[in-house]
Amino acid sequence: MNPMLNLWLIPVLPLAGAAINGFLGRKSSRPAVTTVALFFSGAAFAMALWVAMQFSSLSLPYHEYVAHWIRSGSFSVDFAFYLDQLSLVMLLVVTGVGFLIHIYAVGYMWDDPSYYRFFSYLNLFMFFMLTLVLANNYLMMFIGWEGVGLASYLLIGFWFTKDSAASAGKKAFIVNRIGDFGFLIALFLLIKHFGSLNFEQVFQQISPISPETAGAGLLTAIGILLMVGACGKSAQIPLYIWLPDAMEGPTPVSALIHAATMVTAGVYMVARSHVIFERAPTALTVVAIIGTLTAFFAATIGIAQTDIKKVLAYSTVSQLGYMFMACGVGAFSAGIFHLMTHAFFKGLLFLAAGSVIHAVGGEQDMRKMGGLRSYVPWTFLTMGIATLAIAGVPPLAGFWSKDEILWKAYQVSKVYWGIGVITAFITSFYMFRLLYMTFFGDYHGAQVDAHGHGSHGGDAHGHGEPHESPAVMLAPLLILAALSLVGGLVGWGNHFEHFLAPVLGAGEAVEGASRGTELLLMGVSVAVALLGWWLAYVLYYARPELPQKIADALGGFYQTVVHKYYVDEIYAALFVKPLIDGSTRILWQEVDRKIIDAAVNDAGEGARHVSDEARHMQSGNLRSYAGWIAAGSAVVIAFMIWMGVR
Amino acid sequence: MVPLSYYLLLSGFLFGCGVVGFLIKRNIITIFMSIELMLNGVNLSFVAFAAHWHALAGQVFVFFVMVVAAAEAAVGLAIIIAVYRTRETLNVDQMNLLKL
Repeated sequence: MNPMLNLWLIPVLPLAGAAINGFLGRKSSRPAVTTVALFFSGAAFAMALWVAMQFSSLSLPYHEYVAHWIRSGSFSVDFAFYLDQLSLVMLLVVTGVGFLIHIYAVGYMWDDPSYYRFFSYLNLFMFFMLTLVLANNYLMMFIGWEGVGLASYLLIGFWFTKDSAASAGKKAFIVNRIGDFGFLIALFLLIKHFGSLNFEQVFQQISPISPETAGAGLLTAIGILLMVGACGKSAQIPLYIWLPDAMEGPTPVSALIHAATMVTAGVYMVARSHVIFERAPTALTVVAIIGTLTAFFAATIGIAQTDIKKVLAYSTVSQLGYMFMACGVGAFSAGIFHLMTHAFFKGLLFLAAGSVIHAVGGEQDMRKMGGLRSYVPWTFLTMGIATLAIAGVPPLAGFWSKDEILWKAYQVSKVYWGIGVITAFITSFYMFRLLYMTFFGDYHGAQVDAHGHGSHGGDAHGHGEPHESPAVMLAPLLILAALSLVGGLVGWGNHFEHFLAPVLGAGEAVEGASRGTELLLMGVSVAVALLGWWLAYVLYYARPELPQKIADALGGFYQTVVHKYYVDEIYAALFVKPLIDGSTRILWQEVDRKIIDAAVNDAGEGARHVSDEARHMQSGNLRSYAGWIAAGSAVVIAFMIWMGVR
Repeated sequence: MVPLSYYLLLSGFLFGCGVVGFLIKRNIITIFMSIELMLNGVNLSFVAFAAHWHALAGQVFVFFVMVVAAAEAAVGLAIIIAVYRTRETLNVDQMNLLKL
């Protein structure tokens, strides 16, 4: 018998925090808001840890039924929670990284006038994300799914008076809606054919079905539609365009929502639905191809970005591509492993970037940074660790998970592996490029300000010398840095995979002969990581004049990459402009104004014309009224007599 | 015994006088009296039928009509006095504030 875990408290605690801060925060002092926000997110984390400690004594999966929701014939959906190894990993990542980022945000957002609103949204996000992770059916997962989308919209547009932030929020929301459309249709298909949305019931019915190897069938359709949903939420080709724009939000938001947790919801959803995907090889191939392409293209865009957060954004898209590549080759546990290590080092990278931005007074252009190493030593240290981790230098976290993915990909197809390795090289290159441009060389910020704007040198908050962030921001950095250092070791000896095996199925045992291949491949990944580091060192440290020359030599191609392959422009021309033109010319000018408005106006006009005639009866003359009454009575009497005669 | 039809003819005549007076007269007092005439015409047919069928309800109804007529006369005369005070005329054709 399982003990009562009261799992429902884990999401509801942050919701309470969001409600308290949202309704009362405006009048409260900053310390009070801070206490509420940290207490409730910290309590959720504490509960998650407590659950993890009890984990070995539970009989899994653990169910917790809370209430009915929908009952319609034999179809039913409940408010119920579900805990297994997979949700536990997500639970710990979300609450743990989430709590650290809450702490960081106290320092980062302290001067913001809407301090309470920020934490209310952030807690709300935690609530929805935990609902998503702990749901026991697709519909509840969908609530969380939509809810994190809402929180993401609110937080991207947090500084909504800035036009670009408001439109970035809208863009994220609308692009996600396209993905959600696919997700919803997949849910409808599940209801129609399996009569349930409960994970266990659905998977129980699907498991006896044999894989749809020949052609495509129902499961392939469901799988691809689920992947459409995942593409939206997890920023994969073709729906990745919203994530780079989402960097308009405050940096802790970028770290929490757009790097560590929300964008990985798609990976979680695909891994959760692995029963479906394993029986739909075509859908799996789609996942793998989308993941691989996204990983590669986003990485190439990342090379040419100069905004520190944009580099990280494209890096996130690229790393998410890795996760989908892992799922696509059937290595779901490797995907989740990378999800976890990525949450550590990418969360850390964003927080460190936020610390850098904080240090230089809001500047995000890396060309105006440089030489910050001596000003912000702690930030430099942690960011260096994160860079090593993401580049895949052993024994840091990113090495283990990325290597796992590449190894699994190699077993399925050498093409995936090849592109993956090239991407790993590019990743290493652009990350060390970021590191060298930001922390090495000479500081360009103050000079640019002094020369360029003259007396405007001190307009933003506290220019002057770059300064290190307060301890409240550095502590989360250090904790995440420690996790980035050692977090990968849980994958040592396939421990992580074995841990998730009851949920995701055991991977095929590695044959003795291929052990050597695995080591060789490992050597290749390390080599490309170091090669990328070396190239970045040469181009951005040893000979900083070279990049410009290379860019000039590449000419048009370089411009294409700088403009992100003009994808936004292509989408604008293909979808947005026709939509706006169609709405303006046809729906507004023709349908709305000439049909709907005209119908209403003509009805009004017609009524007025008729009334214009009819009002002459209302003479205002008493005797004429009396005459009408008499005439009316005469008619009635005549009618009654006539009826009586008949 | 006077036949019922006589009473009804008289009643119809009284009612007709009331209607015609109401329609052709301009003085509001005369119009008011015409209304009373119509009411009494109806009253006459009520009592005639009540006597003919030995039904008490018709007679009771007449009392109700008389009471209402009395109340109406009180209110109506008060209105007429108020109208006369403000407009200094009793000609209904000149009371046309309701006109467009």
